[in-house]
Order: sequence, then structure tokens, then C-alpha cells
Amino acid sequence: MTVSGTDTGTDSNTATSTGATTGDDAMAATPALDIDPLLDDPATRIIVCCGAGGVGKTTTAAALGVRAAERGRKVVVLTIDPARRLAQSMGIDELDNTPRRVKGIDETAGGELSAMMLDMKRTFDEIVEAHADAERARAILENPFYQSLSAGFAGTQEYMAMEKLGQLRARDEWDLIVVDTPPSRSALDFLDAPKRLGSFLDGKFIRVLMAPAKVGGRAGMKFLNVGMSMMTGTLSKLMGGQLLRDVQTFVAAMDTMFGGFRTRADATYRLLQAPGTAFLVVAAPERDALREAAYFVERLAAEEMPFAGLVLNRVHGSGAPQLSAERALAAAENLDEGGIVDQGAGNAGVRDSSAPSPTAEPTPDETSDSQGGSEGQSGTRTVEQLTAGLLRLHAERMHVLAREQRTRDRFTALHPEVAVTEVAALPGDVHDLAGLRAIADRLAAREAVEPVEYDRSDQPVG
Amino acid sequence: MSRLQVVSGKGGTGKTTVAAALALALATEGKRALLVEVEGRQGIAQLFETEALPYEERKIAVAPGGGEVYALAIDAERALLDYLQMFYKLGGAGRALKKLGAIDFATTIAPGLRDVLLTGKACEAVRRRDKQNRYAYDYVVMDAPPTGRITRFLNVNDEVAGLAKFGPIHNQAQAVMRVLKSPETAVHLVTLLEEMPVQETADGIAELRAAELPVGNVIVNMVRPHLLDEDALRTAAGERRTAVAKALSQAGLGGARRGGLAERLVDPLLEQAAEHAQRVELEREQRAVLARLDLATYELPLLGEGMDLAGLYRLAKELRTRLAPGGTS
Ligand SMILES: Nc1ncnc2c1ncn2[C@@H]1O[C@H](COP(=O)(O)OP(=O)(O)O)[C@@H](O)[C@H]1O
Ligand SMILES: Nc1ncnc2c1ncn2[C@@H]1O[C@H](COP(=O)(O)OP(=O)(O)O)[C@@H](O)[C@H]1O
Ligand SMILES: [Mg+2]
Ligand SMILES: [Mg+2]
Repeated sequence: MTVSGTDTGTDSNTATSTGATTGDDAMAATPALDIDPLLDDPATRIIVCCGAGGVGKTTTAAALGVRAAERGRKVVVLTIDPARRLAQSMGIDELDNTPRRVKGIDETAGGELSAMMLDMKRTFDEIVEAHADAERARAILENPFYQSLSAGFAGTQEYMAMEKLGQLRARDEWDLIVVDTPPSRSALDFLDAPKRLGSFLDGKFIRVLMAPAKVGGRAGMKFLNVGMSMMTGTLSKLMGGQLLRDVQTFVAAMDTMFGGFRTRADATYRLLQAPGTAFLVVAAPERDALREAAYFVERLAAEEMPFAGLVLNRVHGSGAPQLSAERALAAAENLDEGGIVDQGAGNAGVRDSSAPSPTAEPTPDETSDSQGGSEGQSGTRTVEQLTAGLLRLHAERMHVLAREQRTRDRFTALHPEVAVTEVAALPGDVHDLAGLRAIADRLAAREAVEPVEYDRSDQPVG
Repeated sequence: MSRLQVVSGKGGTGKTTVAAALALALATEGKRALLVEVEGRQGIAQLFETEALPYEERKIAVAPGGGEVYALAIDAERALLDYLQMFYKLGGAGRALKKLGAIDFATTIAPGLRDVLLTGKACEAVRRRDKQNRYAYDYVVMDAPPTGRITRFLNVNDEVAGLAKFGPIHNQAQAVMRVLKSPETAVHLVTLLEEMPVQETADGIAELRAAELPVGNVIVNMVRPHLLDEDALRTAAGERRTAVAKALSQAGLGGARRGGLAERLVDPLLEQAAEHAQRVELEREQRAVLARLDLATYELPLLGEGMDLAGLYRLAKELRTRLAPGGTS
């Protein structure tokens, strides 16, 4: 499956040639993702927000948590890497690895919200402490090899998120757990990483490191045993005797825990497949993010994970969709021509980002870089130039809209069955409860973002 | 200009893109640059629209003025076998290790070891000389791990030198650290003008500095043009509504009277302008944070039509104009 990617501002042959329907038909065919029924249903126990990095997973998870709590559910949100200000405003910027009650939530419907930020290292240590006796636990925690291992081998964060989810679920204090996922490059890492860890835990090499006690004990393993002593010799030459001993101590100490790791990873996996779980895939209306989303949707299906729908985040809209980019630009040019009788550039008010910004409140005279002309004329020019600027801004917005629409149409063509909800791009960051509520309102809104005052001939997308 | 250019940044900010553009920029005018990928994502191949890169240095692009860009996707497993071969002439035992899964273990599970191999290979390319004793590459550009991992990644050989107190591994680790901590290396961070990546950049720089790794530049990527200046916006919000409606009408967009087409455009257009102003203001705040880092900062434009080869050459050109040859980094 390919999602073709030339995003020019003109026509959309690419969308139609992949067998896609036109924008409108696709819109009509796309089922809406209804967030409130999902949040209100007591059978919904876990919601997992997945997606590529930076698309809004953490924001979505937190917003869902706020909304569910204010609609009466006892919710805990497990965030992985919240933006600092967001974490501060939720009171979870201290890493103690346990959920904290969030203040400022409207609890009149009987709900409440707790939130926590995952501390990966702490979670790993907790597992060790919980599953090994005190002495062994200390040996592991102090082992230099463990210290470098636990901080970041492939998939630790994903695995620890799962582990924490299992723990929260086992505490049974909340009736809804909303889970954010790690900021991996790819959404697929979330599904792949625990397995990778599993294959490490089951690996032959681990057994070998713990040999000869184990391997050598068995009959018929003599051959391997010879290989082994050659190996250990090689290894100690490679790593130095001390390092090898560290590794061996570590592995031996961890050995007792491996069974536990495996069992719990499998249990969490089954928990994710259970009907009480809902996966939401978050994506921005961009080529790469939606391609990721498409892969992820397919993988979820292959893994028999319950997929609820797609959150299309940071979608742009316009209050004046009836005015096309082309007409706006033509009108802007009109105004420029009218206004540059005795001026060279005629683009005051339209400037490069590198220009310094004046701080004083300017008079109309200063805003037009007038080299002459009466005050009356310069005033007129300013309005014209300002209006031209507004029109250019609008043209840019309409190009963005058209591009996003085409990207989305391609996704819909591939996955017409996927329920979608759209969240508008807010002009600023989301860093407090008010911002989260604004996101949540949009998540739960059932109508499309754009108002419907279309003049057909002016529509951005054919 | 440092010969090893390391490009890091928050995920998705454009590390791979910027690293590739930088390699092209540095290769301009007959130079030779090696672009190194360490994350095993084949992002470079995708970007240059070629098939997946093998574990082998191969030419992938010609830079303006006859320079050449080579690329290498470092495969940790192959690098480990090379490494064993280099130090121990391990042939058969190497294969045995592989059979047992030791190589898997070492490269995917013990990230430290993996990083040792990756940084080691990159430094080897930096130091390599040809028969005439000239450097094999004028520049090596690394598409490095993200900000959150970069310091640890580059510093891993310090840890190794501590763990293996003597012997060939110890010596190799120290040799790598000598390159990485010298002015021969510059670590650049790519960011966007948004709160999270800027914050991560500030944290990352503090970490790099604490570890005495040479910090290069901040590269602000995907910078959008400011179409309207703040003064214009301020006036717009005020008493100019009728005048704007008239101007719209004059430009052929319908009637300016109440309820007329042009008049109905005024509110949505001003609203978009207000959003734009808010964004400009946020970006200004983030620029101020970056300015406090006290580093040279380059800006690269957002390519509205998406990334392709032509776009990559455009970014390379932008970088080129900013990299004064022989200048500091
Ligand atoms: N709809 C939106 N409008 C504006 N900003 C948003 C929106 N969604 C997310 N953001 C911002 O984008 C940044 C990244 O969001 P985040 O939820 O942390 O992404 P992820 O967890 O997927 O990496 C944050 O600064 C957040 O405030
Ligand atoms: N200046 C730019 N203008 C437009 N798109 C860009 C720009 N820089 C990067 N991109 C796009 O952003 C996405 C992420 O870039 P990439 O280089 O893969 O980031 P990273 O390696 O940091 O994850 C890609 O789709 C890329 O094409
Ligand atoms: Mg996140
Ligand atoms: Mg990359």
C-alpha cells in the first residue's frame, strides 16, 4: 500500500487515481468516531492512545481523561512524556511514579481524575524489588550492567508502560485507565518492542551466559559445552574478566525474574486484546503521520486488538472556505496594484520573518513605509495593504486545507471503514485544563470542523 | 568547520532531512562527505529515493560544483563482527557467537555496546586516510539518535573505558572519545519553534555541555513565513473593519455593505489574522528561549509542498549560504 505524496496546491489526480472517491463522498462515507459513548460506557476500562511522535498522543490521552472524569468516571491517565507546562498544570511534574489526584476537575458528576508520569527506571527497579528477595534485588540494582541496561535497551519504555498499565489495572481503584504511549518514531514500536524484549528473555545466549551450571548439566550437551568454554574464554578476553563476571551475576540474578516478566507481558498483552480496551490512533493530517496510522491500523487488526478509531489532530479550518486561494491571491494583487502608485515594493505589512519587529505602537503613517504622499493617501494604502495581507494569509490557509483534505482522502480510500474524529489545530500549545477541555470538546464534537457555506465552484478540493 | 558533524534533535523535527541537507551543503565544490545513519530506519534511502542502503559506503548524490555525498547505514550486527575481526581475528568464534544469539544480544539488548559500535564506526570514517595520506572524507555527517539519548550515545565510550579498564577495548574507547570531545566534532540540535522541542533542545545542550561534548549550532527547521506584521494586525483588530470591507469590495470580492459578500469575509479573515498573530507571538517566545542558549542559530524554511529531492537541495543551498567555509561552528 502506498500513500502517494506530492502535495501541490492545485488538483488532486493522485487521490482519484488510487480509486478514491472525491472529498465529499469520502466524507459522507467516513463513519464518525463518537467519543462520549465510548467514555461513558462502563465496559470501557482501558483506552490506549497510539501514534507517531509529536502528533498529540499525550494531549489526547490527558484530554480524554479530563472529559471522562467530568462525565462521572473514576479515571487515571498514564502519561509518558507530557510537555513540561502541561505536567505542571496537572500537578504531575514530580516523578514519583504513582498516580496523583488532579485538582481543578469538576467532580459534580461523581467522577475524579488521577494522573501520573511514567518513570521508566523506577518502574524497572520496582519490578526487580517486587520479584526478587531483598538480597538478590540489591545485587541486581547495584550491578553496573543492570544500571546501564535498565536505562534504555530497545523497547524498555514500551515495556515499562505496559508493566505500569498492568499494575494500575491490578490496583482496581479506577474504572477507566487512559494510556499514553512512548514517543517512538513509529507507532508500531509500541506493538513490536515487548516482543523484542521477550525474545531477549528467551534467548539462547542468556542460557549460555548462565552455563555451565545449566547447559552442562544435561546429557547430550557435551558438544555445546566445549563451544561454551571456548566462548566464555573469548568473552572474557573481549570484555575483560570483571565485566564478564558482572554480566554473569546480573543474568543469574535476573534469571529468577524472567518467568515473571514473561508471564506479565503475556497477561498485559491479553488485557490489551480484551473487549474492555479501546485503541485510538492519533495522527496529524500529514503524509507520514497518516501512512504510519494506516500501518498501525493494519497491525492492530492482525494482532486482534480492539481498535476504536482515528483521532485526526491539528486539522486546520477556515471561517471563509467559500473564498478560494486563487481568488484571494488575485484580489490581493489587485489591491497591491491599486496601492503602489508611488511606491516600489507595495508590501508594507507583508514582510519577511527576519525583519526586526518594532515595539512601539505605530501611527498609520509609520506602518506604511511611505516615501511621500499625503496622509490621506498613505492611510488608504495601509488599509489596502493590510487587506492584501489578510487575503494572502487566507490563501495560505486554503492551501493547507486542501493539502490536508487530500492526505486525508488517501487514508480514507485505503481504510474507509475507520471511524474518524477531527480536532482543530489550536493556535497555541495545550498546557492547562482549559486547553485540555477545549481539545476534549472537539474530540467529542460530532459535526465536521468547517462550516458549510460552500460555493461549489470555489471549493478548495475537486 | 568540524569534520564530524553530528545532527540530533527531538524526533520528527527533521534530523534525517537536515543531516542529508548538511552533507550536500558540505560536499559542495568538490568535497566529499559521508552521511551516516545509525538508527536503522533507512531514512536516508527514502529521502534520496533510492533502494535500501546496504552496510557499505556508496555514493548517493552529487553536490553542486562536483562534490560527492556517500551514505552508510551502519548495521550494528555487522559492525560488531567487523570489530571482533579487527581486534581478535575471530573468524570461527565470531560465527559461533552469532549462532548463539550473542550478537543479537549485544547489538539490540545492550544499547551501550550497540552505541560503542556505531560511534566507533563513525570515528573510524573520520580518521580514515587514503594511500596519499589524505582524509578519505572531508566531512562525516551523522544522522544521530534523538536529543534525549544523544549525550549518552556519544559518551558511551567513556563508560566502556571505565568498565574495561585496560586492553584493546579500553584503548579503542579512548581513541573514539578523543575524536568526539575534540573540536573535530560538532553536535547540532534540530528544533521547531514549538515549546516541547525547544525545551528539549535547551535540556539537551545543558547535558552535552556538562559532558564536555562540543555543541555546534541550533538549527530551527520548518520555519513558516510571517505573512502579516504585528502592527498591521493590531490595526486590523480595531476600527478598520469597514475600511477592510471596502478594500475587499474594491478588489472584486462583492459588496461592502452589511450582509454583502465582502463584509461577511471580514470577520473570518480577521480571526485568521488573530490566530496568526498568536502563533507569531508563540514563535517569538521560543526564539527568545533559543537566543538565551548563546549559540549560532540557523533557520530552514518549511517546504509547504512536502519534502522531495528538489526540496532537499533547496535546504542544502540555504545551509550553504550560512556555512562560511573555515568559519567556526
Ligand atoms: N490540537 C492541537 N492544537 C494545538 N496544539 C496541539 C494540539 N494537539 C497537540 N498540540 C501540541 O503539540 C505538542 C505535542 O503534543 P503531544 O500531545 O505532546 O504529542 P505526542 O505525545 O504525540 O508526542 C504539544 O506542545 C501540544 O500542546
Ligand atoms: N523544512 C522542511 N519542510 C517540510 N517538511 C520537512 C522539512 N524538514 C523535514 N520535513 C518533513 O518532516 C518529517 C520528519 O523529518 P525527518 O527528517 O524524518 O525527521 P527525524 O529524522 O527527526 O525524525 C518528514 O516527513 C520530512 O519530510
Ligand atoms: Mg507524548
Ligand atoms: Mg530520522
